[in-house]
Amino acid sequence: MADKVLMKGNEAIAEAAILAGCRHYFGYPITPQTEIAAYMAKRMPKIGGTFLQAESEIAAINMVYGVAAAGYRVMTSSSSPGVALKSEGLSYIAGADLPSLVVNVQRGGPGLGGIQPSQSDYFMATRAGGHGDFRMIVLAPASVQEMAELTVKGFSLADQYRMTAMILADGTMGQMMEPVALDSLPVSPMPEKPWATTGTKMQRPHNIVNSLYLSPDELEKTNFARFERYKQIEENEAMYEEYLMEDAEYCIAAFGIAARVSKNAIDEARRRGIRVGMIRPITLWPFPVAPFKKAAGQVKHVISVELSMGQMIEDVRLATECRVPVTLCNRVGGMIPSPEQVLEAILKIADQGGKQ
Amino acid sequence: MTVFKKPHALTDVPMHYCPGCTHGIVHRLVAEVIDELGIEGTTIGIAPVGCSVMAYNYFNCDMIEAAHGRAPAVATGVKRADPSNIVFTYQGDGDLASIGMAETVHAAARNENITVIFINNAIYGMTGGQMAPTSLPGQVTQTSPYGRDVNHCGYPIRVCELLSELEGPEYLARVTVNSVKNVNNAKKAIKKAFQNQVEGKGFSLVEVVSSCPTNWGMTPKQALEWIDEKMLPYYPLGVYKDRSGSQEAQK
Amino acid sequence: MAKLTFKTDYCKGCGLCVDACPKKVLRLSPDKINPKGHHPVEAVNMDACIGCAFCATMCPDCIIEVER
Repeated sequence: MADKVLMKGNEAIAEAAILAGCRHYFGYPITPQTEIAAYMAKRMPKIGGTFLQAESEIAAINMVYGVAAAGYRVMTSSSSPGVALKSEGLSYIAGADLPSLVVNVQRGGPGLGGIQPSQSDYFMATRAGGHGDFRMIVLAPASVQEMAELTVKGFSLADQYRMTAMILADGTMGQMMEPVALDSLPVSPMPEKPWATTGTKMQRPHNIVNSLYLSPDELEKTNFARFERYKQIEENEAMYEEYLMEDAEYCIAAFGIAARVSKNAIDEARRRGIRVGMIRPITLWPFPVAPFKKAAGQVKHVISVELSMGQMIEDVRLATECRVPVTLCNRVGGMIPSPEQVLEAILKIADQGGKQ
Repeated sequence: MTVFKKPHALTDVPMHYCPGCTHGIVHRLVAEVIDELGIEGTTIGIAPVGCSVMAYNYFNCDMIEAAHGRAPAVATGVKRADPSNIVFTYQGDGDLASIGMAETVHAAARNENITVIFINNAIYGMTGGQMAPTSLPGQVTQTSPYGRDVNHCGYPIRVCELLSELEGPEYLARVTVNSVKNVNNAKKAIKKAFQNQVEGKGFSLVEVVSSCPTNWGMTPKQALEWIDEKMLPYYPLGVYKDRSGSQEAQK
Repeated sequence: MAKLTFKTDYCKGCGLCVDACPKKVLRLSPDKINPKGHHPVEAVNMDACIGCAFCATMCPDCIIEVER
């Protein structure tokens, strides 16, 4: 059994990034993720790395672009309004096929919103990371241990597929403290990056990191090629956890903090004899379609529990091909659904025999 | 004996710039300096958005295309990733002094050890001749069709003077390339800006007052004359900051 | 005796070299047109050339090589 240390979620992300070989961090202060920057500010100078507080979120993501182009593991972190500012850089990173790790510890919105937890950047992360056709691998941890594991995994996926991996956490995950085992994280060595702008050393033709293709024919080709890669990711990288789904008549869909709350509600519903289970997507993109497709032929109803006005619910409906009713159980604005609220939603639907 | 030929650090790709555009001259000066310092193999250039967006095709060193205005931030990342490399940005006035002003000021304030080549031709060229942050009072452009009205949209920004108030930057100089003599002086400044980086001295920016015959609506020759007549009175040539140079002079 | 070599296919006919020449050696060819559609530079008075490279210094397209 590995030694465990008690850490905040944000700190676990930072330490895991260092263990993954990330030596360059750029960020801008924003609640509720500033502990990541503070942790990096302390640690990076002691291990020969770079911590730099950028003048803006935009500058930070473009510094990430520079380090990624130079071929090193690099990250930035922020919270919702700050990640919106980064969308320009995220699109350029996608267009230039660069690996990077970006953390979004979500807070309520829109606008300045609040500083309490939220999951309302689901669309921004899975649909609209920036302009143009592109995807990011979106990883949604539900414990401090997973914050660390998915950070390490994110770096290796980013390198493997040459794209951004985003940790989509929320204020609760960032601030909560739990025991974490850091010495058994599955760190992967960094692959060769022959495309990186490391200086030609007069040994090879110059490398160009670029997203500009003035010929539409050429630009179309780069898009098609990128989406071929995305297809492989959809086939190979979807991650999820199933909880008590074997005999389930009802299914909860929830990720992150919403999944933790839902587990309590499910346990209580089971005690009352209602066969309810849960599918917890760990990757939000690629969305784990297979378990939901299977559930569509098994359960009577799916309840999507979210800290948003209903964003993941669209993916749940797509994955279940609208063969079962899907309803939303939510709180927003920084509020978190209580186990009682989720239990009530389960009881109500079970009472109706699963009908809408 | 060959007394003049294309520098090695320039590729053999024909440049897309308009006839008589001085971008080509400045590209060549940068390439000559890279050759003379023997740094092509360790240099990484950052191209901007604007007319010189495709500069990545024209330099033989490794090149990165940055988002509009973000070249100093990208350069910061590249330089911090491997400080032994030589990193330069090549930016126009819209890129550096408008959308990227924050990145410019903060890279200078941090004394980021990079070299910035700043082309000031008082117009947005690539998009077809709109008012730039450096367009002169009264200058007619597509978006100031009655002449730049300073009461409406303010005054042009003198970048070297602005940055010279910061403690950070090592070297700030304004040059032009409208005559043989001025081209030779421009090269000296550009060489110093790269040499400073090699020596680890820090942020060095050379503002090159340049021409845009196409969007100024002039012949290439008239455009070079317009630099003397209109641009230089508002943008005086000179060294605006030379931190170690002036320290050495004091000794 | 100085020698000038022009990569005339790359010439855009801007004439900055013509104006820079102190000895009036160069002109834009009135009858030649290069593949880009420009009247390229040509030397019409090579005997006067002193190999000062002023022309090459002002050429934005780096098409002139100068030997002396």
